[in-house]
Amino acid sequence: MKSLKASGNLLADSAIQIKTLHDQVFDNLHLPLFEQKLEAASLFPLKPTGTTTMQINVGKMCNQVCKHCHVDAGPDRKEIMTRHTMQQCLDALVNSQITTVDLTGGAPEMNPDFRWFVEQLTALDKHVIVRCNLTIIVANPKYNDLPVFFKTHKVEVVSSLPFYNADKTDRQRGKGVFEDSVKALKMLNAQGYGADGSRLILNLVYNPNGAFMPAPQKGLERQFKKVLYDEFGIVFNELFAITNIPVSRYLDYLISSGNYDGYMEKLVNAFNPTAANGVMCRSMVSVGWDGLLYDCDFNQMLDMKFDPAYNHISLYNQELVDKREILTGQHCYGCTAGAGSSCGGNTI
Amino acid sequence: MNTYYNPEDLKKFGAIGEFQKELADKFFSYYGSVFAEGALTAREKSLIALAVSHTVQCPYCIDAYTTDTLEKGCSEAEMMEAVHVAAAIRGGATLVHGVQMMNKAKDLSM
Repeated sequence: MKSLKASGNLLADSAIQIKTLHDQVFDNLHLPLFEQKLEAASLFPLKPTGTTTMQINVGKMCNQVCKHCHVDAGPDRKEIMTRHTMQQCLDALVNSQITTVDLTGGAPEMNPDFRWFVEQLTALDKHVIVRCNLTIIVANPKYNDLPVFFKTHKVEVVSSLPFYNADKTDRQRGKGVFEDSVKALKMLNAQGYGADGSRLILNLVYNPNGAFMPAPQKGLERQFKKVLYDEFGIVFNELFAITNIPVSRYLDYLISSGNYDGYMEKLVNAFNPTAANGVMCRSMVSVGWDGLLYDCDFNQMLDMKFDPAYNHISLYNQELVDKREILTGQHCYGCTAGAGSSCGGNTI
Repeated sequence: MNTYYNPEDLKKFGAIGEFQKELADKFFSYYGSVFAEGALTAREKSLIALAVSHTVQCPYCIDAYTTDTLEKGCSEAEMMEAVHVAAAIRGGATLVHGVQMMNKAKDLSM
């Protein structure tokens, strides 16, 4: 499988994605726009509640090409954050109120300055989360010591595992991914990750393997814990259930499979004002590989930038960031459906 | 082409109250209570509903509970095993009546 960009798919263009999201189903089925729903819930314009997390996308390069990837990441993607931009992030963070730095990609570990960056962040006493796809740990001998590196720097590891069997996992993430993920999880467990009483946190992420909503998080967590322990002896801390957001490759999947209208209608009908009140973009800022600033990783992929006065990490201004109006679109329905969805799972 | 079954009609299920509101309200209230977490989990109830949907061969129910079981985190293997439970009971129900046939045949035969 290739990225949308490599295959010349029109949806590789963020402007076409936004137009597709705005025009088609909302016109045809007369569904309310997201802004109208926010307005009815007295939440428009959406404003920050205080920025405590900086999510940094250190590059789009990845060893996997997952069917649902909103980044359109893959081995062919060369966009990667330089050490210079990382230093600008550190300069912005040094005296900031931000307590958590969430590193994502692509596979963030493939950035040649990844380990240096983690070391600098922990020296600033920031809580560091790495969104590790698991298979990178076993993809190449140079990555085999990542669990030890994570342990040394007390990194919280958050890893996608869309199901507890090979069939569903491999259909979404590629052939052999489940088997390699199990190997990597065992290596993390061997370092103490996910064990009862351990301060080394290993959280897993579930996302539906198709055009449907996620299961309730707690029930699914019980099921994952039972099967992964009984069949593989694997332990972990929490399971985050995430709704697939209709952006990039997942949007392409929805359209090409004929599920787009039904999925969007379902998200709109499941709009929950309480979930809208707690969306993650109200407490985070997202940094792109080139240092540009966004409200979240999804807005980043849709190229929905901050105001030019403070749209780059080198111009970081906490006061302006906290006073901004958060940019929204029809994809935002994914974060406000049902029990809510964020990079940390349900928001209710 | 007109057909007796239209997938869009599933979304209109709630509209049965237009012709008889009181009974519809009672039914949907009862329905909601039945599928809530109880002595059985919502996940277990969804798999039972999927099996029964096949027994009563209701296309609306099969549509709704295929989606619901997936949303409850069930695997395809679990879903198909539930359908086999329904098939086994239907098949068994036919075959166990074979005893009745045998009894009658023996009564009538020398």
